[in-house]
Amino acid sequence: MSALIRNRQIVPNDVTILDDEAAAPQNGNFVVSLARWQKDNAQLRSLSVDVGVRLPNTADLTTIWAELEDRKLIVLDFPGFADGRAYSQARLLRDRYAYKGEILAVGGAVVRDQIQGMQRSGINSFLLRADQDPNVCLTAFDDFASAYQRATDKDMVIPREHRRSNSL
Amino acid sequence: MYRYDQYDQTLVNERVAQYRDQTQRFLAGTLPDDEFRALRLRNGLYIQRFAPMLRVSVPYGMLSSKQVRMLAHIARKYDKGYGHFTTRQNIQYNWPKLEEVPDILADLASVEMHAIQTSGNCIRNVTSDHLAGVAKDELVDPRPYCEITRQWATFHPEFNWLPRKFKIAFSSTTADRAAIRVHDIGIQIVRNDKGELGYQVYVGGGLGRTPIIGPLVREFLPELDLLSYCEAVLRVYNRLGRRDNMYKARIKILVKETGLAKFTEMVEAEWAHIKDGDLKLQPQDLERMKSHFTEFAYDKNAAADTTYADRLREDSAFAAWAKRNLKEHRQPGYSIAFVSLKASGVAPGDITAEQMDAVAELSDQYSFGEIRSTHEQNLVFADVRQQDLYAVWLRLRELGLATPNIGLLTDLICCPGLDFCSLANAGSIGVAQDIFDIFENLDYQHDIGEIKIKMSGCMNGCGHHTVGHIGILGVDKKGEEWYQVTIGGSAENDASLGDRTGPSISRADIAGVVEKIVDVYLENRHSEDESLLKTYRRIGMQPFKERIYNTAPAAEAIA
Repeated sequence: MSALIRNRQIVPNDVTILDDEAAAPQNGNFVVSLARWQKDNAQLRSLSVDVGVRLPNTADLTTIWAELEDRKLIVLDFPGFADGRAYSQARLLRDRYAYKGEILAVGGAVVRDQIQGMQRSGINSFLLRADQDPNVCLTAFDDFASAYQRATDKDMVIPREHRRSNSL
Repeated sequence: MYRYDQYDQTLVNERVAQYRDQTQRFLAGTLPDDEFRALRLRNGLYIQRFAPMLRVSVPYGMLSSKQVRMLAHIARKYDKGYGHFTTRQNIQYNWPKLEEVPDILADLASVEMHAIQTSGNCIRNVTSDHLAGVAKDELVDPRPYCEITRQWATFHPEFNWLPRKFKIAFSSTTADRAAIRVHDIGIQIVRNDKGELGYQVYVGGGLGRTPIIGPLVREFLPELDLLSYCEAVLRVYNRLGRRDNMYKARIKILVKETGLAKFTEMVEAEWAHIKDGDLKLQPQDLERMKSHFTEFAYDKNAAADTTYADRLREDSAFAAWAKRNLKEHRQPGYSIAFVSLKASGVAPGDITAEQMDAVAELSDQYSFGEIRSTHEQNLVFADVRQQDLYAVWLRLRELGLATPNIGLLTDLICCPGLDFCSLANAGSIGVAQDIFDIFENLDYQHDIGEIKIKMSGCMNGCGHHTVGHIGILGVDKKGEEWYQVTIGGSAENDASLGDRTGPSISRADIAGVVEKIVDVYLENRHSEDESLLKTYRRIGMQPFKERIYNTAPAAEAIA
């Protein structure tokens, strides 16, 4: 059973990710693939629950953003340990489109050794790979207290610190 | 040179702790092999033929004497007493123990060093001209720009899982000594018509099995836009670079398959979104970084010395070294002195712990405590008073580090080859020695002049063979070591890829083939000023081909 970390807290896994063939649940929020979201858009939008959208990591946000901007949850896919395409999607969602909703990472790379990088790219919740110990994963967010890049996180950003101390 | 502040130091300390934890989880069996592999590579640790190999980062080739002493200590304590300088200005150890690597990293961190991103599919060490800050033909010192880029690239969260490795190099001189056009991003610092500083940006150069000279993607990028433009290039690459085939995953293939015009358009479109955002440098960022690379307090009376001229007259061995291994410094009375790591009987780039200690000592005494590593696998004392050169030479000679061959045929560059590397098809160190034996006579080498021989043990091309004036590539033929030869490559401003001479050559004949190429060159050159490259470009392959193959019956075609 995969654990869920949201905003640096272990929380009950309340995310239902539907297969494309599966019927929508009677109650409760769920997530569909981008393809299903596009295909059944009118019907899904007519439901009274929140429907999240899961993007393939090849999706080009410039062409689909208009269909996503009112979603409260966008799911990014990290299919393999070494496939980092969704990191760029996360950055674009936060930086380019100022997306304020939840970004959830799922897939084989959602592990102890990558979630701080994901967090620093703008992802705030993590459906951990099944073999991961959520308490061990929580420690990952403290691996580095600061960073050189002004990414989309709130941690201490070194160039900003330098500018501040310069202007004192 | 750049010195860490509290933030830099904290970051490398945190990295040591992180890697120690990763190693422990691997040894405890809770971190899978393939994942630990990806993580250890991001710390420069390969598992090689006989043992792990650890690659330590030397940012743009700058080392302090304290750091070199630590490198010596590591060689003694954790390895077999030596290290190997690479073609990307880094140093490698061939025999560390996996369990001890966290301790090595802790030792490195104590002298502001690390192994971060020296391997793996991420942004690698930033390289530059080894004569930065002292070269006569330099526009501005490139090192502040290198360091700004190094910091931006270090643990960049978005670009740690790229399709493939990514290398960035800077040049700021008319003669490119950093081979920028065979890098994923090559940056030439320039001034525009209005006198403003900025960059020419080349993207998609590279060696390996598809060698490509990087095309120009931007004619002039304003100085403050360095990082945002790099970020735009990397973002396009991270999203669209191929991940289905590791041999087609470098950005050069993306540029080639997309087409330069379209690729450039995508980068420019991405850049337009971010150019005025957080990544835009502020003048104070540059000022702050430049303050790390100020000129030394040079001896104003250095040029008044007359003893150097006397020594040159009195000691012909010293004069030969001075002629070959010294370069002109921009400060009167100073010289740039090369420490040759290309002695006969030693693998190119290798240096012992004792030599490292002695080099550190010499730099403290005579060159402001700094040492540089070059991408041609030598070391440099960048700031030596002429009156001290004789003492430096005497000591280097005792150490076996004064071979007067910089830029000559035996100053060849070479990967570790089959002797150490698990990727290699063929040995390169033994061939280097054969070439040494044939051309042992240094006077003869001087007559031949500057020829760059570059040799790789496999087509990954760590020895940059495709841009050697003479390139040698090890290939495997039914379990035997054979070599493909190219002529006419160059990594400098006139960058070009070498042309194959024809069928590959056996191990026994390869050094002899180099001799034949040199003979044809000597017979055909108009004067000593016409280099092999120029002669080759004038007379073409035919005369070389005839000589190589008519008299090399052992050669046979590769099917």
